[in-house]
Amino acid sequence: MLSFISYLLSGISLGAVYAIIALGYTMVYGIAKMLNFAHGDILMVGGYAAFLAFNQAGLPIPVATLIAVIVCTLLGVLIERVAYKPLRTANSLSVLITAIGVSYFLENLAQLIFSANPKSFTTFVPFEPLKLAGGQLTISATTIVTIIVCFIIVEVLVTFINKTKAGQAMLAVSEDRGAATLMGVNVNGTISLTFAIGSALAAIGGILLCSAYPTLTPTTGAMPGIKAFVAAVLGGIGSIPGAFIGGIILGILENLSKAYISSKLSDAIVFSVLIIVLLVKPTGILGKKIMEKV
Amino acid sequence: MGKNKLSKKNFLQSDACTYLMVILAYLIVEIFVRSGHISSLMKGILVPLCTYSIMAVSLNLVVGISGELSLGHAGFMCLGAFSSALWSNLMEDKMPAGVSFLIAIFIGACVAAVFGFLIGIPVLRLKGDYLAIVTLAFGEIIKNLINALYFGIDSNGLHFSLKDSLSLGLEKGVKPIINGAQGITGTPKMSNFTIGVVLLLLTLFIVLNLIHSRTGRAIMAIRDNRIAAESIGLDVTKYKLLAFTISAAIAGVGGVLYAHNLSSLQALPKNFGYNQSIMILVFVVMGGIGNIRGSVISAVILTLLPEVLRSLNNYRMLMYSIVLIFMMLFTSAPAFIQYRQKLTQVFRKRKTDEDGKEEA
Repeated sequence: MLSFISYLLSGISLGAVYAIIALGYTMVYGIAKMLNFAHGDILMVGGYAAFLAFNQAGLPIPVATLIAVIVCTLLGVLIERVAYKPLRTANSLSVLITAIGVSYFLENLAQLIFSANPKSFTTFVPFEPLKLAGGQLTISATTIVTIIVCFIIVEVLVTFINKTKAGQAMLAVSEDRGAATLMGVNVNGTISLTFAIGSALAAIGGILLCSAYPTLTPTTGAMPGIKAFVAAVLGGIGSIPGAFIGGIILGILENLSKAYISSKLSDAIVFSVLIIVLLVKPTGILGKKIMEKV
Repeated sequence: MGKNKLSKKNFLQSDACTYLMVILAYLIVEIFVRSGHISSLMKGILVPLCTYSIMAVSLNLVVGISGELSLGHAGFMCLGAFSSALWSNLMEDKMPAGVSFLIAIFIGACVAAVFGFLIGIPVLRLKGDYLAIVTLAFGEIIKNLINALYFGIDSNGLHFSLKDSLSLGLEKGVKPIINGAQGITGTPKMSNFTIGVVLLLLTLFIVLNLIHSRTGRAIMAIRDNRIAAESIGLDVTKYKLLAFTISAAIAGVGGVLYAHNLSSLQALPKNFGYNQSIMILVFVVMGGIGNIRGSVISAVILTLLPEVLRSLNNYRMLMYSIVLIFMMLFTSAPAFIQYRQKLTQVFRKRKTDEDGKEEA
């Protein structure tokens, strides 16, 4: 029972990381109607930025986190300006391929600069693990912090979208870009802002991911990126609570199937669940009910 | 209607041009190979060139002709590769190699087609990006399952396991044929450039004929306007499924070619993961969606590009990605397209001006 709880908690923690990354995916998809395949690689860049700032330069943790967030935000906005904006009215496949090109570019650039050898990432959560039930149940600090951070981010994001003008602009653009333009919404600015927020979240996700699994390579972001994408689709792409729920479900499923069924087949199980959910509800768990599309 | 008749002659010419291009390329390369003017590196890439061309044509049938985005094509390739390699391993020394290989191709195509059909039934109800993610998921599931599969034969019959080679319970001295993540080793090396080109021509023949047939027109009608097609009585599910299954079968053949070019076959993320599916999608989009000849050309160019750039060492994949981004921007960005049109207009105007002057 205790081992089940510990697997469950680490599953929720992994799910929280997926959820944070999936939020970026889902927001960008809602606004720009494109699959940003490079999102996972922005996460990787965030990981390296944090690694350089904290492990190499020895800056304090909050500063290093801030640096990683800023680097990723700028990178996200830059990528949008250079690679995606010229293709905004082109067909969606060309944008998809461009995103893939950007993803290759970031991975190979990272490989050139940092080489393919894994870097060992020192955790950003240097607290003692929590011991419960007389020391039988140990919960690592990273697990707790990740879950808390995820909740805070979702709360802040939902408030931001519902209560601020910029958030309302995002809703408007995702609903109908043309009408939003007519209403005087700055569409370009809103899309840039979305990319900025999504990339900043990717940086946080990257730091938390690397704190839990401390090896950093140029392809660190690839699989979590895909998994987060799956989480976003599972929850209903375009919906913020959907991304959160999808991420948590995915994380729990992955960890429990690794623990109890087979570590080799965990990916197959996760993907099978996605397929079953989509066949029953073709737009994801919260796809249609939630009007809050971003 | 008149336009249709005209285009019939046109597409026959265009098809002939495609076949001719492949045959010519084959002859030129053969001459180089025979006369020894080709590096061993280039020799080694000839079969992969055919494999990827076949894969690109196959995916173009789904993406371009049927209009559905599939990101799981490497999964079908994987199925074709493993089923045929299994057959070849079992039948080695029991059958003439040529006959065995022919059957292997058939098996690879059939296994992939069966899975394409089974996956297609539920999946093709979904649309757009949802379809893309589900096909991606299927590709990953196939790769994952094969990676965890152990299979062997001894005097007691067949043994399967998803755990490890020990739990197969094989008799002593009998080695498993599919050994989990180590895959299949010792597949006879039957693929060569000639067989690859023959298979490519066959693929082109099947796909081009399908496109120009009544069925192909039905598939394209559904792509262009599903509701209109349905209202004139076309069975949407049937045609979509047909295109998907044929495409899967062809991808299976690509897998057969791939498997028999290597002595050891493993289901790695690199060769059968979603990255490979995306790579093939890149070929299709670069070559022009729906343009079969373009798929072959871009598959060849983009497979050669990293090899040509080999002198740049570590920078080659970086260059590759930059080329990819700029090609996409150049061919698809409205601003660039306008610019190009302006250029051609200026050019044409100048030409007509000159013509006008000459006449005067």
